[in-house]
Amino acid sequence: MKRRHRRIIFVLLGFCSLSIAAALALNAFNKNLVFYFTPSQVTAKEAPIGRDFRLGGLVVEGSLQRDNDGLTTRFTVTDTASSLDVVYRGILPDLFKEGRGCVAQGKIAADGVFHADQVLAKHDENYMPPGTK
Amino acid sequence: MPSPADIGQFALIAALLLACLQATVPIIGAARGKSSWMAVAVSAGQWQFVAVAIAFFCLAYSFVTNDFSVLNVASNSNSQLPLNYRIAATWGSHEGSLLLWTFMLAFWTAAVSRFTRHLPNTTVARVLGVMGIVSTGFLLFMLTTSNPFTRLVPAPLDGRDLNPLLQDPGMVVHPPMLYMGYVGFSVAFAFAVAALIGGRLDVAWARWSRPWTLIAWTFLTCGIAMGSYWSYYVQGWGGWWFWDPVENASFMPWLVGTALIHSLAVTEKRGAFKSWTVLLAIAAFSLSLLGTFLVRSGVLTSVHAFATDPKRGVFILCFLSIVIGGSLLLYAWRAAQVGLGSPFELISRESFLLSNNVLLAVAAASVLLGTMYPLVIDALNLGKLSAGPPYFNTIFAAVMTPAVFLIGVGPIARWKRASLPELAHRLGWAFAVSVIGALAIPFTTELKPLVRLGLLLAIWIAATGALGLCGKLKGARLKSLPRGYYGMQVAHLGVAVVIVGITVVTGYESEKNLRMNPGESVQVGGYDFRFIGVTNVFGPNYEAVRAEMAVFRNGSLILRMHPEKRTDIVSGNSLTSAAIDSGVFRDLYVALGEPADQSGAWSVRIQYKPFVDWIWAGAILMALGGALALTDRRYVTATKKQRAAREAA
Repeated sequence: MKRRHRRIIFVLLGFCSLSIAAALALNAFNKNLVFYFTPSQVTAKEAPIGRDFRLGGLVVEGSLQRDNDGLTTRFTVTDTASSLDVVYRGILPDLFKEGRGCVAQGKIAADGVFHADQVLAKHDENYMPPGTK
Repeated sequence: MPSPADIGQFALIAALLLACLQATVPIIGAARGKSSWMAVAVSAGQWQFVAVAIAFFCLAYSFVTNDFSVLNVASNSNSQLPLNYRIAATWGSHEGSLLLWTFMLAFWTAAVSRFTRHLPNTTVARVLGVMGIVSTGFLLFMLTTSNPFTRLVPAPLDGRDLNPLLQDPGMVVHPPMLYMGYVGFSVAFAFAVAALIGGRLDVAWARWSRPWTLIAWTFLTCGIAMGSYWSYYVQGWGGWWFWDPVENASFMPWLVGTALIHSLAVTEKRGAFKSWTVLLAIAAFSLSLLGTFLVRSGVLTSVHAFATDPKRGVFILCFLSIVIGGSLLLYAWRAAQVGLGSPFELISRESFLLSNNVLLAVAAASVLLGTMYPLVIDALNLGKLSAGPPYFNTIFAAVMTPAVFLIGVGPIARWKRASLPELAHRLGWAFAVSVIGALAIPFTTELKPLVRLGLLLAIWIAATGALGLCGKLKGARLKSLPRGYYGMQVAHLGVAVVIVGITVVTGYESEKNLRMNPGESVQVGGYDFRFIGVTNVFGPNYEAVRAEMAVFRNGSLILRMHPEKRTDIVSGNSLTSAAIDSGVFRDLYVALGEPADQSGAWSVRIQYKPFVDWIWAGAILMALGGALALTDRRYVTATKKQRAAREAA
């Protein structure tokens, strides 16, 4: 009898810890989901303010500018219908070019400019982050 | 005379016919007890290997000889491309990598047919039959939707080059290594399904599939480590793991494979958790298949790839559901018959190993969730999103901490029934040593709790390993212990080394992105970097800007580093080639950005990465552990016995 009790307690404990773990995992998952928006959706105010998201589109030809510090770049991302200015401090990936697709991750600041902390490039010949096309 | 591409095409068709034969006749024969039908398995498997090998070498030959009348060669190679990369370009495309996959599968098939002669005929027939089914699927997929030998008329004068990112020694060895591992799990899968078909799952089954699983796991470990190192030095960001779907695709089978080698050991030694082991064998290979298709089908580019080539997408879905769904159905039908195996107490080595297995499975499931959920949401047109690295990091820190703790407990606990007070008594010292060690090791004044936790776990593994070894050595000689035991110790030590690498580099790395004028200096991680300037250099198929960076420590020059920014002549794509100075305790990493202006100033990224090489060193230790376990006397004598039996017959 005693062994059986212990077994039941163990199963219950295991079940509880599994459900707590699942709840924590789903919470972490939910918190770290990064949504992807196009400039049109941003213009339509569908993108969240103050939360990170990914912005995807084409880099407008001739829009790439470099600040005097040699590190901060400004460019415009468009989906042909709408466009958004992006500022990024850091080194752009190799495959970043005007007229090509790019995905930037960051937030919209109070000035309406998208401040990117990360600009993504292609990984291999087939793979691109979702949305660049 | 027919061109090699035509021969390759013909060989692929022949291989498909042989695979069909191998997939049907032996399984029917095994069901009906006809030994002549069962005997077809071995010869069909070996001839299929020959046919696929011919096809593979024909494609490689087309690449080497620049036969641009083959579409695949024209799209992925160029006459300027150096020979080693022309060979690597064979598996640089979707079609070529599928052929490599099939070639590996045929290789494993041939190996199984060669080294399983001591097994019962029905088992061999079923195992090879199941491998034949998988092979048929791949060959059919290749021939109908992704033929590597499709011709291009008229042939262009020259090809579009191989992606410059792939022109790297890593490309020559990484994919074959990885695929050896991926595909190797097909053997464990085939053994599991064969046992389910036969309805008999005994200890012998676990003994037969153990070495195969171990080889596959060893290759996969090497492959993943190599891929991680490759992205570290080629991407120019200094990151070693990105939780990118491509990486996740190889990591999921590894996690499940790791669980599988442990549960196979328990099934063999104790006859316990049989049905769990079978499920893991199915899961490991299913995830390999899923990974291959995720990476290679273009599903990842965007789910809309289904729209551009619906045939491919539909075929993949059908094939995956047949293989995965079919084996799971078979499992559901037969698992009750297989049974759970011998009972064990709650506090026993079995239950520690089972807990560890569950943790690994949970880790794999959360990677699967993070990788697949965005794809599913996108496919249903519910929006586009992705799971960020913080999600994966949080899960791994939470799941791996107890898992690693159990690495210390498991090997010391007794089988069947252990007692907690005795365990606590034996492990108390190891725990005390780990806590004191983790707190006493000086790094910097800054105290980072996660780094200390990592150190604690690493020392825990080492201390409990030493404890276990001392216990085993009481009254025994060093040599008398089985190699498998040493393999386990080495692999576990590898885990400790990886943990040290990951936690220290994450906690204490430093990075500076800045614009530097020639002659300017900057300090990163206690080193002074002086930017000397840039010169132009030329490579075989690229031109490059090469910078010189002098590195000083305490005022004296210790080395000069030369990062490059290359431009591929054919495609015009640029590629950052970072300069890395590797050391046991730190890496220095310098990458060039873009020219800041006309004055010769450049934007550069400088990183100091303490202990980063420990990550790959640890992975190599794990693989070495796997290799060491493979040389265990049991396997060697099994082969010898087998040979003797053959000679006697």
